[in-house]
Amino acid sequence: MHNLDAAGHVRGESQYLDDIPVQRGTLHAAVYGSPLAHGKLLSLNLEAARRAPGVVRILTAQDIPGENQIGGIVPDEELLAGSHVHFQGMPVALVLAETEPQARAAVKLITADIEPLPIITDPREAQAKGELIVPPRTFRLGDPAAAWAECAHIIEGTAENGGQEHLYIETQGAYAYPTDGGGVRVHSSTQGPTAVQRHTARVLGTGMHKVEIDVTRLGGGFGGKEDQATTWGALAALGAFVTKKPVKLVLGRHDDLRMTGKRHPYTSDFKLGLSADLKLLAYEVTFYQNAGAAADLSPAVLERTLFHACNTYFIPNVRATAYSCRTHLPPNTAFRGFGGPQGMFVIESAIAKAADELGVLAWEIQRRNLLQDGQVFPYGQRVEDCNAELSWQAADQKFELKKWQAEVDAFNQQSPVRKRGLAVMPICFGISFTKTAMNQARALVHIYTDGSVGVSTGAVEMGQGVNTKMIQVAARTLGISPKRVRLETTNTTRVANTSPSAASATADLNGKAVEMACRELRTRLLRHAAEDLKMNYEGLEIQDEQVLAAGKPAETNWEKLVSTAYWKRVNLSENAHYATPDLWFDQTQEKGHPFAYHVYGTALVQATVDAMRGTYDVDAVRLVHDFGQSFTPGIDRGQIEGGLVQGLGWMTMEELIYNQDGRLLSNALSTYKVPDLYSVPKVLDVEFLETPGHPNAILRAKAVGEPPLMYGLGAYFAIRNAVRAFRPDVRPEFSAPFTPEKVLLNLYAARESAAAPAASQASGAEASVRN
Amino acid sequence: MLQFYLNDQLVRPTLRAGSTLLDYVRYHQHLTGTKIGCREGDCGACTMLVGELQPDGAVRYQSMTSCLTPLGNAHGRHIVTVEGISQPAGLTPVQEAIVAEGGTQCGFCTPGFVMSLTGHCLGGQATDEAGRAAIDGNICRCTGYKSLERATDRLTAQLLERDAAPERLAWLVEQGFVPAYFQQMPAQLAELRAETVADVAARTGGQLTEPNGTETTVASYLLGGGTDLLVQRADDVLAAEVQLLYGHADRCFIRETPDGRISLGAATTVEDLRGSELMQRRFPRLRQHLKLVSSTPIRNMATVAGNFVNASPIGDLTIFFLALDAELTLQDAAGRTRQLPLRELYRGYKQLNRQPDEQLVEISFRPPAAHEVFNFEKVSKRTHLDIASVNSAARLRVADGRIQEAHLSGGGVGPTPLYLRRTSAFLAGKDLNPDTLRAANEVAQQEISPIGDARGTEAYKRLLLRQLLFAHFLEHFPAQFALQELV
Ligand SMILES: Cc1cc2nc3c(=O)[nH]c(=O)nc-3n(C[C@H](O)[C@H](O)[C@H](O)COP(=O)(O)OP(=O)(O)OC[C@H]3O[C@@H](n4cnc5c(N)ncnc54)[C@H](O)[C@@H]3O)c2cc1C
Ligand code: FES
Ligand code: FES
Repeated sequence: MHNLDAAGHVRGESQYLDDIPVQRGTLHAAVYGSPLAHGKLLSLNLEAARRAPGVVRILTAQDIPGENQIGGIVPDEELLAGSHVHFQGMPVALVLAETEPQARAAVKLITADIEPLPIITDPREAQAKGELIVPPRTFRLGDPAAAWAECAHIIEGTAENGGQEHLYIETQGAYAYPTDGGGVRVHSSTQGPTAVQRHTARVLGTGMHKVEIDVTRLGGGFGGKEDQATTWGALAALGAFVTKKPVKLVLGRHDDLRMTGKRHPYTSDFKLGLSADLKLLAYEVTFYQNAGAAADLSPAVLERTLFHACNTYFIPNVRATAYSCRTHLPPNTAFRGFGGPQGMFVIESAIAKAADELGVLAWEIQRRNLLQDGQVFPYGQRVEDCNAELSWQAADQKFELKKWQAEVDAFNQQSPVRKRGLAVMPICFGISFTKTAMNQARALVHIYTDGSVGVSTGAVEMGQGVNTKMIQVAARTLGISPKRVRLETTNTTRVANTSPSAASATADLNGKAVEMACRELRTRLLRHAAEDLKMNYEGLEIQDEQVLAAGKPAETNWEKLVSTAYWKRVNLSENAHYATPDLWFDQTQEKGHPFAYHVYGTALVQATVDAMRGTYDVDAVRLVHDFGQSFTPGIDRGQIEGGLVQGLGWMTMEELIYNQDGRLLSNALSTYKVPDLYSVPKVLDVEFLETPGHPNAILRAKAVGEPPLMYGLGAYFAIRNAVRAFRPDVRPEFSAPFTPEKVLLNLYAARESAAAPAASQASGAEASVRN
Repeated sequence: MLQFYLNDQLVRPTLRAGSTLLDYVRYHQHLTGTKIGCREGDCGACTMLVGELQPDGAVRYQSMTSCLTPLGNAHGRHIVTVEGISQPAGLTPVQEAIVAEGGTQCGFCTPGFVMSLTGHCLGGQATDEAGRAAIDGNICRCTGYKSLERATDRLTAQLLERDAAPERLAWLVEQGFVPAYFQQMPAQLAELRAETVADVAARTGGQLTEPNGTETTVASYLLGGGTDLLVQRADDVLAAEVQLLYGHADRCFIRETPDGRISLGAATTVEDLRGSELMQRRFPRLRQHLKLVSSTPIRNMATVAGNFVNASPIGDLTIFFLALDAELTLQDAAGRTRQLPLRELYRGYKQLNRQPDEQLVEISFRPPAAHEVFNFEKVSKRTHLDIASVNSAARLRVADGRIQEAHLSGGGVGPTPLYLRRTSAFLAGKDLNPDTLRAANEVAQQEISPIGDARGTEAYKRLLLRQLLFAHFLEHFPAQFALQELV
């Protein structure tokens, strides 16, 4: 089945935030962001802006009726800067004008007197100065200190990864109206309606019951609208609350890029011990996470880095420590993979470095250390239903790893300028919110008297196809055509206290709730049928809208059944609550059972480097992925392809460059490059690994949102291998993304010092660009 | 008066000619199918089709990013949005292909892809490659493009049928690619043109009449495709008086002159340059070279003059034509003309040897002769739809293992696009061997002054220029030496 929203999308009829018909009297908002990354806000000069054409009002921290606080995990983030600014672009004032261009023009007239304070952009510097968002955390398994003695080889090094801009094509935004009774209704482009509601209520000094959040769909989220949508929702609501007029706030792309947080850059130190036969024996790793100026979701992201520190390998002795470091960048946030990719990049780097030093291929190490049932993850959960070996072997067989490697080697033998590299990227990703309490969801299902069905959940549609999945679950459970089912907007008055659409768990959690509600309705309807038509309840079912009794058509169908039930005063609405069973985590011990299940897969990635120009192509990605029992294979394949390409982008061309003043230099789509049509691999094979799925997965179809992103890491190592094919004496540092610049600098690194040249972080760079 | 067809309606906007087509369509006509992702031409979410009547009486449809299309450039044309191609019920074959292949997820980029592909079906070649090129200006963050490639390839077979049909447009209408009103467009645009001859005359001399010129004009701009000006100063252009040059018949031509030179009208678009048979004959690799310049919709808008006058140090066409020693004809407001070598246009960062009222009208150059070679190199973070970190062009005459003449240019390595005068002079008369090239690089390194920015550190740009210098020779004389001998 296709994505049910697709027809509206291709006709241009699907409604996004900026498409909502504008109410009369709507004010348009624009945000004045701090020009400095850190300082004491002495005064704001708003006079010129107030007098600008069309300006109705300018709001600052003083205008907030409630609490000036939007921090989720840690209350450390003001909505509008009060006494201090903490990052460039931090919202300081909100201009409300009659038109959007007027509001934008007025913002340009605002100036601020800010006493500069020292700026930190480097997480290690922050850590050294004690600037931590939360206390550090350490996961432990076995006794690495004792294990080093047994290791035949010990490899040490550093790995760094850059951040990643979400680049949802629809920028952030919200549209708020004052409602009857002194409340506000906010249309928000958010993955977390409840977060927007909770923080807006806090900011307005009112109850959550007076704040209604409604979401139709997002033009992309990828984590960037999980916590970070709150600012814009709350600002629009503040405007509407204060002026009693509708207020619309849609960020321009430049503002969106410089004001919002991104995937976390990390810098990490690793030490890896191996036995003579390439078994991983001990691993110590320290992660320094660049959290930006406020906690946002950083502590949770940090935790997931620890959970995925060993990727899909079993290492008996592990000590993994993580610091969440406060810097003066925009607060970094959720992004598909949520810290997992950063953790995996370090272990893969350590393995690559070991391979360099031992003169073996990295995949010889990888394949010897894959997880097996009965082992234990460093966080205490037992490895069960493990498909690490299975997916590796399937990939090996289908794509003939050895033969492929031989072809690459042969190519390199005869090609002086173009060089190829092959890398294997196996993954293991845990499914669930690691904060156990968040693994709950509700669904509200109405059957209308004509037999049509309305379903409300806490899930937000952002392209991942959750609407289609929910409709499928409802239709299958009720035994009716999906055409009868409509998925309603996500609205906090219909489904309350929701978890955000995140952690790949949305379809599982909300789908289970829909399934439960629909089961209950089905039972109720069939009991009514049994009574009404004097049939035996046992053996009654609904298939293709026909009621069957012991497999034979009974004298009623869906429409009749619903109608007669209504007249018999049967309740045709149901609200169900689902909480994932058996989850727990004890943070004092850093042990527990945090994940409902794990998803596995293995990708083979080939890249070709042009040693003349330093450019490269990722030629082919061929992968085997553990889908469980997919019931929407088209949508799930789309998640793999899209996630993979996002991961490739992060590892290759997507380079966020901040200068020492905390100013974003890659501040437009002309300087921050995401993959285009021509940069995706020519060959992209996705093989479905048939596995039984998992009972905690909706209809046994495993979660598919985040895991594929991590296949993209393979591109980094494939390019690195290609560089080394040209320059075997060079050991490129582990510094993602592997931009053409880093490739070229590595290819021509001075012969005498084979150590790689410095990364391209624009320390000396002042100009953003010379266009 | 500014007037054009928006889908099947004749519209006469009262906005200023420098407003964007996008804002007019979304916020004045309330057609919200067209999306906004960047307002900088870089995402394609706002793609529309712009149809222009051709001398042969047919309408040629090109994709453009409406966020950078000055409303004035719509004058007399047929503007098509997603609302203008959708049928009352059901899906067009393009829409159907995208749905069937899973080519839409969040859907925000989708109307842009639909328009680009519809444009491809209206006029593109029936090959997979041409289909993909049609969507090279559309960014999708969700799908990873594979499904969109599949959708595109699916259309190729249908387009082969189109080519076999006796009447292309009739076939497309019959198959539901576009609604029937498209068949009236040639006649309607012809009628519009007749009505607006006077206006066309008016814009040749001055600006288009401003319908409600109540605001004081702050400045006056010459406007080509708008792909630089509307990125850099959209707000100013909106408030300004503009002189529209885009698509101006007197400024759009590519011809060979009797002395064997090629003469280009200044408003020739990059895509027309790329499509020119004459140019392709003279530059056999022109299509690949210019494929590295922006994207299909941007090339449909971008003019050669705009590239020169924008004076970006990494302007691709500027670099291309610097190596060809192009000569410019400039004309001031009084109609006086003068000639100026392109190499003398640049004085400093965005400083031009040009009066504010001087218009670039013509570009003339000697194409490479049979015994000469020409090469263009560009490296950017993303190969396509990206600005160069460094670019370079070379025109070389080599005979008997000796470089007779060399003309090299380099972009991204100084405050202006550079003709590498000293390097070129150094190479002339030298034997073509690794020593010469290494020595030439030494000279080039003295001549350039790159700075570190978001497109690369200084060290990288210096290294890259060296590599591109070598690449010119390795591309054309691969038998002579190997890369390994040079580095
Ligand atoms: C997404 C995107 C990608 C791009 N990629 C590239 C790229 O890869 N390579 C590249 O080189 N450029 C690129 N550009 C820049 C731009 O497209 C080119 O420089 C283009 O050639 C500019 O032409 P235009 O007609 O659109 O200029 P306009 O914006 O209309 O004008 C630019 C300047 O030239 C002046 N001008 C225009 N015509 C004349 C004339 N006849 N006489 C005197 N002055 C005139 C204008 O007043 C203005 O100052 C890109 C732009 C965008 C938006
Ligand atoms: S909005 Fe991105 S290209 Fe126009
Ligand atoms: S479908 Fe979301 S950006 Fe293309």
